[in-house]
Amino acid sequence: MMSTDFYNEMYDAASALRPHYKSYADWLAATPPERIARKRAEADIAFHRVGITFAVYGDESAQDGGKERLIPFDIIPRIIPAADWLALQAGLRQRVRALNAFLNDIYHDQEILRAGIIPREQVEGNAQFRPEMMGIDVPAGIYAHIAGVDLVRADSGEKKGEFFVLEDNLRVPSGVSYMIEDRKMMMRLFPELFSHHQVAPVQHYPDMLLENLRTVAPTGVDNPCVVLLTPGAYNSAYFEHTFLAQQMGIELVEGRDLFVKGETVYMRTTQGPQRVDVIYRRLDDDFLDPLAFRKDSMLGVPGLLSAYRAGNVTLANAIGTGVADDKSIYPYVPQMIRFYLGEESLLNNVPTYMLRQPDDLKYALAHLPELVVKEVHGAGGYGMLVGPASTRQEIESFRARIVAAPEKYIAQPTLALSTCPTFVDGDNFGGIAPRHLDLRPFVLSGEKIDMVPGGLTRVALRQGSLVVNSSQGGGTKDTWVLEN
Amino acid sequence: MLSRTADHLYWMARFTERAENLARLLDVTHQMSLVPQSVTAANQNWGAILALNSLQDAFAKSYDQVTAENVLRFMVADPDNPSSITSCLRAARENAHAVRGTLTAETWESCNFTWIELRDQKFEQILSGGIGEFFEWVKLRSALTRGVTFGTMLQDEALHFIRLGGLIERADNTARILDVKYHVLRTDEGTTDFYQWGALLRSLSAFEVYRKVYRDAITPARVAELLMLRPDMPRSLHACATGIIRVLKSITNGQSAETERRAGMLHAHVHFTRIDDVLAQGLHEYLADFMDRIYDLGDGISRDFLVAAI
Repeated sequence: MMSTDFYNEMYDAASALRPHYKSYADWLAATPPERIARKRAEADIAFHRVGITFAVYGDESAQDGGKERLIPFDIIPRIIPAADWLALQAGLRQRVRALNAFLNDIYHDQEILRAGIIPREQVEGNAQFRPEMMGIDVPAGIYAHIAGVDLVRADSGEKKGEFFVLEDNLRVPSGVSYMIEDRKMMMRLFPELFSHHQVAPVQHYPDMLLENLRTVAPTGVDNPCVVLLTPGAYNSAYFEHTFLAQQMGIELVEGRDLFVKGETVYMRTTQGPQRVDVIYRRLDDDFLDPLAFRKDSMLGVPGLLSAYRAGNVTLANAIGTGVADDKSIYPYVPQMIRFYLGEESLLNNVPTYMLRQPDDLKYALAHLPELVVKEVHGAGGYGMLVGPASTRQEIESFRARIVAAPEKYIAQPTLALSTCPTFVDGDNFGGIAPRHLDLRPFVLSGEKIDMVPGGLTRVALRQGSLVVNSSQGGGTKDTWVLEN
Repeated sequence: MLSRTADHLYWMARFTERAENLARLLDVTHQMSLVPQSVTAANQNWGAILALNSLQDAFAKSYDQVTAENVLRFMVADPDNPSSITSCLRAARENAHAVRGTLTAETWESCNFTWIELRDQKFEQILSGGIGEFFEWVKLRSALTRGVTFGTMLQDEALHFIRLGGLIERADNTARILDVKYHVLRTDEGTTDFYQWGALLRSLSAFEVYRKVYRDAITPARVAELLMLRPDMPRSLHACATGIIRVLKSITNGQSAETERRAGMLHAHVHFTRIDDVLAQGLHEYLADFMDRIYDLGDGISRDFLVAAI
């Protein structure tokens, strides 16, 4: 049975309510099902009307402005007790501090490579390593201003419901707008819940982000002009780009709105060129500057790298952060924490087999049905194998891909991800059932490291599925960090 | 403000206004077709709508006959016709989508909701629901979007460009509607069909206004005067020109002097003209010249503000 196999956020192993869910469960039991059904329908309409939608890559019809999909929203919140959050927060701070130290190091003196802790070719041979960044000093030494750290909860031996870091997203992590919209929706649908629970607020995230971006402006700029650079309206996260720009009161720019003159970045405005100091960019490294990276990029700004090198503009996140969140570097993060901070890692890493190493490869090939295999550079739940959930045929065809290029893959034991009761609709069944979930807090680094309590909870709506990505049929839940 | 943002706002407003005026034009044609007339005359009226928008060739590619139903289908629901109401509302929504962060939530939601409601309707449904009701719906949605826009948005540059787009489009559209209908309606015998002129006035929400202003019988010259030269008639050429020079004054930049001068000339042109002179010169010639000038102004606005050079 599912309830005994997986850590359940709401119920303990003896099927008793966990204390922090008691008040919510009472409310749910006392609320008529018709009201719940009506509110769920209302949420759907509201999300459509507001246009909180996303486009799925490869879905041509998404471009006609009419076929955008909603990310399903579930009304049962994911609740985290205050003490759990404080522990998590300390771990996240530590981890992101070490990752930024690592990036600063590998683009300067490379002490960690010289100390032999990480093999040099693992870093310098990595496609995400940007030699263009060598020797560039960035404000405050911060590279990953915004980090979206994916956490999951699972039983691990004796320890129950341990948090594990699954992935450090240090490039252009998205999802924070859903965190805020989910909260807004919950407050709109069930205001009474918030008078019975002391839920830590999250809606000030945009203010925090803007403040953070302003602190990393180039030196000598007093009142920096901050902009958000988007790939444009057809990007899957475009809603979020417009949302954040509006909430921060900054311009939402596309590459064609910017130009570089005299190693300085300007935007084209109705009143002539205006200087830009900080770019919160939601565009991948490859597309940023056709003169430096992909020549065919129509989305970038020619000459941007030259302005960046000259220190006349800050990019958040910096160029070349991908080398630190790469799945082949991930296993080394606990060692980074030891090396740079002299501390032991507070958060667990998932044991990882690096298939570039013959022993690991051999083990993985022999145990594919139990493992999760991921592309080193993959993201978004694309190009991965979940062994226990795959057919023999799927496993065999994936095996062939691994054997052809083992260095492109890592493997991890399949974690028994925690579940949370979730409303599900189906042909034969409608009601509440446990579904697997993860948690992505957003960690902001500038002069200090800060975050709003909680993050985005994603939930795999298909029964038994462990893939929570929205592109793979995942939904979201409001995340409550209790304030007591 | 970003030039591209201004461009999207300006075109969002233009397409919304265009859809509304198209609904007005089709509505008056539809209403006029309800009074007894020959089939040839009726089809001529529908054909005039195509000619007005220079769409005869595009129409002929997909339809063999100029009939009421074909023209309605083409001008209301044909996604391949860039001037159809469907295409306009879709373009308005796409422009709004690109700058939704600049709009208030109400403005964006109104624009988005119009499109969501429209895209789910088939033309047959629109016909069976009553085409007149559909036109009312388009006007109502347009009024709603305009209302929340002016009722909720900060009165800054963003709003100026929305206003400018709406005014330029309305000036052009009023001139077009008057141009096409005046010729259809003015008979050589000099008689005036009260119902036909009444329908034209109603389509421009000007029937009650006419009564109030003239307190007299409906004559073609007065209708033309009301729709062109009255400064206090919100859809008149004069009112639009006044609005345009005001908006230009508040968004002026280092290179817009020539465009402002031309807008001023256009304003003087409608401000100091008498209807008798217009009719003597030829209404069609006057309106054609006016539409050329509006086109030219649109060009200047685009050059000065919307595609700013380095």
